[in-house]
Amino acid sequence: MLSIFTKFAKGLAVASVAAMVPFAASAEWTPKKPIDFIIMAGKGGGADKMARLMQSVIQKNNMSPMPLTPINKSGGTGAEALIHLKQKTGDDHTIMVTLNSFYTTPMRQSGLGVDVMTFTPIGRMAEDTFLLWVKSDSGINNVDEFVAAVKAKKDGEWLMGGTGSGSEDNILTDYLNATYGLKIKYIPYKGGGDVAKALAGGHIQSTVNNPSEQDGFFKAGTTKPLAAFTDERLAMYPDAPTFKELGKDFSYFMQRSVVGAPGMSAEAAAYYQKLFADVYKTTEWQEYKAKKSLQGEFLTGDGLKSYWAKAIKTHEGLLK
Amino acid sequence: MEIFAHLMDGFLLAFEPLNLGLVIAGVILGMFIGAMPGLGSVNGVAILLPMTYLVPPTSAVIFLGAIYYGAMYGGAISSIMLGIPGASTAVATTFDGRPMALKGEADRALVAAATASFVGGSISVVLFTLFAPPLAHVALAFSAPEEFALMLLAFATFVGLGGDDIPKTFFSIFIGLVFSAVGLDIISGEPRLIFMDLPGFFHGINFLVLAIGIYGIGEMLWTIETTKGNMKISQANITVRRIWEALVSLKSGIKTMVMGSFLGYFVGILPAAGATPGALMAYGVAKGMSKDPDSFGKGNVNGVLAPESANNAASTGSMLPMLTLGIPGSPTTAILLGGMVIWGLDPGPMLFVEHKEFVWGLIASLYAANFFAVLINLAFIPAFLWVLRMPFTILAPVIFVLCIIGGYAPTQDMHDVWLMLIFGIVGYLMRKLDYPMAPAVLAIVLGPLAETSMRQSLLMSSGSFDIFFFRPISGVIMVIAIILLILPMLHSFNRMMRHRASRWPL
Repeated sequence: MLSIFTKFAKGLAVASVAAMVPFAASAEWTPKKPIDFIIMAGKGGGADKMARLMQSVIQKNNMSPMPLTPINKSGGTGAEALIHLKQKTGDDHTIMVTLNSFYTTPMRQSGLGVDVMTFTPIGRMAEDTFLLWVKSDSGINNVDEFVAAVKAKKDGEWLMGGTGSGSEDNILTDYLNATYGLKIKYIPYKGGGDVAKALAGGHIQSTVNNPSEQDGFFKAGTTKPLAAFTDERLAMYPDAPTFKELGKDFSYFMQRSVVGAPGMSAEAAAYYQKLFADVYKTTEWQEYKAKKSLQGEFLTGDGLKSYWAKAIKTHEGLLK
Repeated sequence: MEIFAHLMDGFLLAFEPLNLGLVIAGVILGMFIGAMPGLGSVNGVAILLPMTYLVPPTSAVIFLGAIYYGAMYGGAISSIMLGIPGASTAVATTFDGRPMALKGEADRALVAAATASFVGGSISVVLFTLFAPPLAHVALAFSAPEEFALMLLAFATFVGLGGDDIPKTFFSIFIGLVFSAVGLDIISGEPRLIFMDLPGFFHGINFLVLAIGIYGIGEMLWTIETTKGNMKISQANITVRRIWEALVSLKSGIKTMVMGSFLGYFVGILPAAGATPGALMAYGVAKGMSKDPDSFGKGNVNGVLAPESANNAASTGSMLPMLTLGIPGSPTTAILLGGMVIWGLDPGPMLFVEHKEFVWGLIASLYAANFFAVLINLAFIPAFLWVLRMPFTILAPVIFVLCIIGGYAPTQDMHDVWLMLIFGIVGYLMRKLDYPMAPAVLAIVLGPLAETSMRQSLLMSSGSFDIFFFRPISGVIMVIAIILLILPMLHSFNRMMRHRASRWPL
């Protein structure tokens, strides 16, 4: 009984001391108040889980004198979050976890007037991967059989589930339709978990989920990957070839990045860049990355900006 | 029996001093978080999640599970005492809990809420223990058409079973549906009904904003007008004997509690539904089962028993898809799921096999959390009643401030606070014109769920409505829903004809 109270009391004491004593010794910029940690997606999704993991890593290792306050702004496929960040121009205490809607939402909704290249690059923490999944008992073993099976159905009877419309999953479905001459119908769901469940229940026939969304059902033997939208085979699914091996010059990733408000002071930007570079190096993050089959090295500053510029070009091509 | 062996192992784990202490601490914390308007189990679990790295994963989930339970109990407290739903799950408790408090029966309402929560929690956790794996298959069989059928059934219980003015009920539902359509269209991705291009409408209208506006601000205005500030509520002296009498008098409500528990549990199992729709549906069914439906909304104790048993049962139910399929059944379990990822556990079909100890420890701790929650809740009732003895001139500003906090907390956006105040005034006016407000709240909760599942179904079927009727589960539910919708209309048509016949005999 006593031990839990001392444990909790210790935890509370550490937290409150950390909150009260600003790092007086260092002359560098440090946050003066709690940092708004905007999440460009709803609670419980992939981006949200990752944001909360980063928050707990920072708190556990006492990496920031001020706590991060996660705030979900999922409205309008991230439009709400992008507008919020734009309104915070010049603010040193607002950062955001982002994904690929960072590029696509401003393209689809030009009325927003958001130019993401003005946002402050902090760090790309990873790139998430995509695979093509079907049910294990579908009798489909490779992409050729998949194409044949889709064509054997009437137009629009093959259903692909994905998260949201105009999303990464939707882009990949459009790609498959265009490349293989298919008429797959895309059904948007709220989250990757719902999509995985719909596949396991046989309500849809395929998904292009991330490993983190589908892996549980893979391990349970319910669903299997046919091919990966990556450059090299994933260690977790050695039997799934890449689309590149199958002769298509195509790969697609989702960024898992942290950005700051536009016009953030250079000192504050440097502080957050170092903070997230340190988060990236922690064993917790590296373990998570390996477990969820995440790829990509840490990118920051101009490196991250040129990565964005390239990705925006790719997406302009894909969305045409 | 293998299950019992597992459960005993789980109990040994749950009753370790550390875990038991966490259960009690979690229940108390959760109760206060639940009682704070705008702060529900979602916020409580999210805020306290980072604290859990101090303890091993099993203890962490036990702690968060206890908070979840505690918040379900606590949500009823402010619904009854202040007329502001403490959490989204307790909205339906306001409908009758508040009128009971105004009649001077606040103690009975609180005892009823605690007892119903306990019954709901107990029944659901037993169901969970015995039937978790087979019920996971039921959840898998539920797809978009079945979800839509269920939502239609929920609407039908509200339209059909009430004795209210049917056109006014429909009006109220439609207003709620229009509000629920604001925001992003999930199928096309286009923004809809963004009034004046205000960015605050992009995240849609949070239904708590509507509920707190109507039941907090609107009710307060109404009370001020009717009592001219000279309100005296609940002068009852609270004694152990009175609590006991209140408990005994609940015997007549056993049927309602059992119904609420089963209904809540099954709605909770279905992914994406969660405790709020479960509680609202249970309220509707209780009203339909009652011999005296007109007394609902005016302080019928069954109107407290049904939603409170259902929301606790649903909170257990929504852990089932989380643990077995890796899909959250409610926003709170979505956060718990995130927590499990952080602790290095993979929720999903393999969890019951790979992390048996964790699963059964959690289940056993639900038994413990439920037991302590009811004891702690009953013990605190005198303290809660003390709040009601405050003069209304002090209570009203406190309620007002709590409403504003409640409007701000979920999205941290001032836009929602302004919206809540407007809803409060509109709610007050609608109340004066005798429009039922509960259907509007129901519509804004269920509207987005119904719309999404209907459009997904129609995409699947290429626009044919057959899909709702030619699947076994959804077909049966659809037929029941339609009968429930049509019956009362025929009934009132009949009454009208008879009325006419008696006036002008042929």
